[in-house]
Amino acid sequence: MANEVIFKNRDLDNLWDIEQYRSRGGYEILTRILTEKTPPAEIIDGMKTSGLRGRGGAGFPTGLKWSFINRSAPGDKYLVCNSDEGEPGTFKDRDILRYNPHALVEGMLIASYVIDAHRAYNYIRGEFWEPYERFQNAIDQARAAGFVGKNILGSGFDCELNVHLGGGAYVCGEETALLESIEGKKGQPRYKPPFPAHVGLYGCPTVINNTETLASVPTILREGAERFRDIGVENSGGSKLFSISGHVKNPGVFELPMGTPFSELFELAGGMRDGSKIKAVIPGGSSSPVIPGEIMMDLTMDYDAIAKAGSMLGSGAVIVMDESTCMVKVLDRMGYFYHEESCGQCTPCREGTGWLYRIVHRIENGQGRPEDIDLLMDVQNRIRGKTICALGDAAAMPVAGMLRYYQDEFQYHIDHKKCMAGTGA
Amino acid sequence: MSEEKTITIEVDGQPLETKAGALLIDVTDAAGINIPRFCYHDKLSIAASCRMCLVEVAKVPKPIPACATQVMDGMVVQTRSPMALAAQKATMEFLLINHPLDCPVCDQGGECELQDVAMGYGSDVTRFVEGKRVIPENNIGPLIATDMTRCIHCTRCVRFGDEVAGMREMGATGRGEHMTIGTFVAHNINSELSGNVIDLCPVGALTSKPFQYRARAWELTRHTGVAPHDSVGSNIQIHTRRGEVMRVHPHSNDAINEVWLSDRDRFSYEGIKSEERLTQPLIKKDGEWVETSWEEALETAASGLREIASADADQIGTLVSPTATLEEIALAQKITEGLGSPNIDYRLRQEDFRGNSRAVPWLGQSIASLEDVDSALLIGSNIRKDQPLLAHRVRKAALKGAKIQLVNPLQLDLHFDAAQMVSDPAGMVRNLAAIAEAAGGSHHLTEQIEVTDEHKAVAEGLKCSKSTVILLGNIAQSHPDFTILYGLASVIAKAADAFVGVIPMAANSVGAAVVGAIPNKGLNAHAMLENPRKGYLLLGIEPGLDINNPALARAAMSGAETVVAITAYRSPCLEETASVMLPMAAFGETSGSFVNAEGRWQSFSGTTGPAGESRPGWKILRVLGNLMDISGFDYSSSEEILDELRGAHGGELQVASLGAAKGKIRSAVTGLARIGETPIYAADALVRRAASLQETEEARDAAVARVNPSVAADAGLLDGEKVAVVQGEGRAEMVLKVDANIPDGCVWVPAAVPGSESLGDQFGELSLEKV
Ligand SMILES: Cc1cc2nc3c(=O)[nH]c(=O)nc-3n(C[C@H](O)[C@H](O)[C@H](O)COP(=O)(O)O)c2cc1C
Ligand code: SF4
Ligand code: SF4
Ligand code: FES
Repeated sequence: MANEVIFKNRDLDNLWDIEQYRSRGGYEILTRILTEKTPPAEIIDGMKTSGLRGRGGAGFPTGLKWSFINRSAPGDKYLVCNSDEGEPGTFKDRDILRYNPHALVEGMLIASYVIDAHRAYNYIRGEFWEPYERFQNAIDQARAAGFVGKNILGSGFDCELNVHLGGGAYVCGEETALLESIEGKKGQPRYKPPFPAHVGLYGCPTVINNTETLASVPTILREGAERFRDIGVENSGGSKLFSISGHVKNPGVFELPMGTPFSELFELAGGMRDGSKIKAVIPGGSSSPVIPGEIMMDLTMDYDAIAKAGSMLGSGAVIVMDESTCMVKVLDRMGYFYHEESCGQCTPCREGTGWLYRIVHRIENGQGRPEDIDLLMDVQNRIRGKTICALGDAAAMPVAGMLRYYQDEFQYHIDHKKCMAGTGA
Repeated sequence: MSEEKTITIEVDGQPLETKAGALLIDVTDAAGINIPRFCYHDKLSIAASCRMCLVEVAKVPKPIPACATQVMDGMVVQTRSPMALAAQKATMEFLLINHPLDCPVCDQGGECELQDVAMGYGSDVTRFVEGKRVIPENNIGPLIATDMTRCIHCTRCVRFGDEVAGMREMGATGRGEHMTIGTFVAHNINSELSGNVIDLCPVGALTSKPFQYRARAWELTRHTGVAPHDSVGSNIQIHTRRGEVMRVHPHSNDAINEVWLSDRDRFSYEGIKSEERLTQPLIKKDGEWVETSWEEALETAASGLREIASADADQIGTLVSPTATLEEIALAQKITEGLGSPNIDYRLRQEDFRGNSRAVPWLGQSIASLEDVDSALLIGSNIRKDQPLLAHRVRKAALKGAKIQLVNPLQLDLHFDAAQMVSDPAGMVRNLAAIAEAAGGSHHLTEQIEVTDEHKAVAEGLKCSKSTVILLGNIAQSHPDFTILYGLASVIAKAADAFVGVIPMAANSVGAAVVGAIPNKGLNAHAMLENPRKGYLLLGIEPGLDINNPALARAAMSGAETVVAITAYRSPCLEETASVMLPMAAFGETSGSFVNAEGRWQSFSGTTGPAGESRPGWKILRVLGNLMDISGFDYSSSEEILDELRGAHGGELQVASLGAAKGKIRSAVTGLARIGETPIYAADALVRRAASLQETEEARDAAVARVNPSVAADAGLLDGEKVAVVQGEGRAEMVLKVDANIPDGCVWVPAAVPGSESLGDQFGELSLEKV
């Protein structure tokens, strides 16, 4: 499809094979950059023009992030790709690793060249065995073709690529916990500042980017930053992978231009399962606040539109729920996840996530108290903005989101000790 | 550098001048503005995890931790604005929801940081109605009591292990609210600095086991004092209740112990109340020990010594413990001199006196400056066990990149990177000679050595650095070739432009030397025993345990006519050798002074009355002096003695040569060589009786004989087997441990442990027999 970037060539049978990848211009831009010795600043300018924002959830402009690295600082620099993909509802990076791993290899090499890193790591979620093998195979092929290792294509630029398999902790997707984990330590986020651009992996300047972010880079640079930018809308350049799941007929990963109406994505996913009606949508992964279905139907899928509606585009993980869904049960399930996945180092998140979960769990089990709704609001508020990493916020925000639109369901549960919606206790 | 620039910030409306880049919490602390905190500690790295210190900074949308925020010019901070207070109260509530709130049964009560902060920021009512977290208990050894349900996860103890103790003993396992602080695989804590986590832990999760349930903090009276074991002279606080020492804490002094204390100095107070405390004067009548009055005991002692002296004063020998106070040692010296004898010494564990110098052996520099050296050579030193807090300084230097090298008769388990050259005792001398040669120095052993690349590397490491120190430790001082080692160290120092010092063994080794407990023309500690005297005056000594060659000491003393022991303990080897035992006040019970390794005079007062009928040593010696009609014993307080000593000896310590010998290598043996280290918890009479320390793995593993696998195989001996160690006439049965850290041709057989009393020199020939 014309507007696709990452899955542009998905019509090819074995896109993960280097020959197939190269048959549509793969590794051309890397070759050009290395042979022409394109000034890194020029590439950074291109990335800025493209409007690419980090696809890992925070949406930080990629070109700007790269520009923070002082290339001339003595010592090593590192590029790290984040393929931890632990956010419930997100499953797009997995498909990049499986179906287009060379785009990521090429993107990692270009980014490494830009920041003068001679070693790059890809941190892959521990459960992703098949994607890991595909990606490792892509590295091996790229090495055989002379794109990885010493003196790449005779350019004098050296770059090694390494894969690090995670151990299954969601928090290790947080960029500094991820660095700790690569260093062989307990995966706990670091306090920032210093930011990784100054003190990152093994104390060296480091750029951490999401898989999708890096896999977009070759096409952006080959086809032109403006072209990429113009696929999307103001403030949200390019196309984006959306992982849509829940009560839709046809869940999966779809690449669409930023700014595409949600209704189109919904259509592509086949609409609701037979006979059910849309109730609510979590638009950007489990930590983004829920939005009622009817509001969602009028929104476009880009950073600004979703933010204006009080939620976040996040990693583009869209969870659709039908009318049978009990919102108390949904929050109970999410609360359990966050309290289990908190790393435990900072007080508000360690203690607060467990508290939130227990209150919601009590309500869900018919043991709610009249004061619980106020308590929930207050406890989530006491976590927000006071933790080392964003996991605390991620645990708190859905609570406020649920209470904003579905307080009546919580109240009903507390008053009647049972569920208002079709399912649930 | 911007770091040096002075800037102005505003905190709660108050302008504060400070250095750019300083931590906000340090700046507010200095200005007396209190920001609550739990994880922050100025000697540890920043965790910024408890979130108690959140404050509001203008133009920052969220509250930020003061402990992790560097100040910038013009920064406007509010520590008690609605935003700051809301954040602090939020953290406080979160910390308390799962806390057991068992303050009434918690030893930390009254000195708990959580309790204190909760008074200011907590709420009276809890909104938490869920079940609280409970953590199953673990036993982590005899020194530290744990109650991890109280833990607030500040990780101070974890960071301490990593950053200060150099042993990762505590760690966090599990995530989220399952995160538990504990020892890895539930083993004991073994660091010689472990007790510091008791002070660091802000709550009652880690408390002192010996002190458990003994007293409440508010019942205690605090006295400052000086630690009695190693030559650091750590400053301490002795906490007493109704005339009893209840516990010991560090008293911070950045020049000496910083905020730390070794376990030996912290827990040894338990020895004060040992059942072996001597609380009544004793005299031996017809071979039987009988209790007697002070008058009779003193009279017996005085007349016994005086009689011998009047016949031949040279027949009197005085041995003083380097753990005795300056005042006590000075009076013992005065008595000896008054009796006309030149024979006095404190160097009880030294064997080689060929240097024949009266110079004071000391560090030769300040303790704090050790952390700034960029190269160090430690000769015959198990510094980590002998002087834990000096080792901490050396470790700091090593972490900053200093090259630390050691020449030792065993491989040490060190907590810093170091190059260790290990050989048998005679090999140490040859190694050092070869290093000296490689460094370009000359000496009399050239013919007997071969310079290898390894020696050249050590020499190179010493020469190519700006500030190099060469230190001789406990092992060196007990080595049969101490003076040769010292001489070679001096040769190396000259060639490498380095500085030689001795690490004094005990709390008052330097003081003893300063006030003259080194014979001038008389007999040294070894000669006094080799040539038995008719009368001995012993100050704070257990002859079987405190002397290099206990067999020699016991034989000499058993044959003497009068042995007057001024002692805090009644020990079997004193019962065997002494004729009178005069009960002396122990640690904490007497005033006095010590001079530490760097030459610093530190005085302390008594904190409790002496046990039973015992008396401060200086008072006993004063009466003895008077009874013997020696003039100048009219002191009315220990301060008077001290004033006199300051006048006579108070000048700055000079670095002077201890005298280098050019004699032959005496440590060479034909059979197996003994390595007679003094284990950390056997160093002196007090610590030998400190019950909890004696229960540590360190102490329990000490009274064994160690050989490496090949020596064991040659002798047909197995690990865990009982063996007899035979040295001269002496024989001790010990369990054999196979330990690859011991060099070939050697057996590690400690001194000062039960069983070692019948053995000879700490370093000498011995054999092993199956039993
Ligand atoms: C708890 C937590 C989990 C995260 N998990 C992921 C993840 O699985 N993958 C990812 O790319 N980013 C994740 N992030 C975001 C990363 O910290 C980081 O912002 C991102 O990798 C940067 O890449 P980008 O700039 O390309 O988006 C997570 C953040 C938090 C706070
Ligand atoms: S917010 Fe949660 S996950 Fe993040 S550092 Fe704090 S405790 Fe760990
Ligand atoms: S045991 Fe004490 S020092 Fe260690 S983490 Fe817990 S509260 Fe902090
Ligand atoms: S003291 Fe600052 S976060 Fe703990």
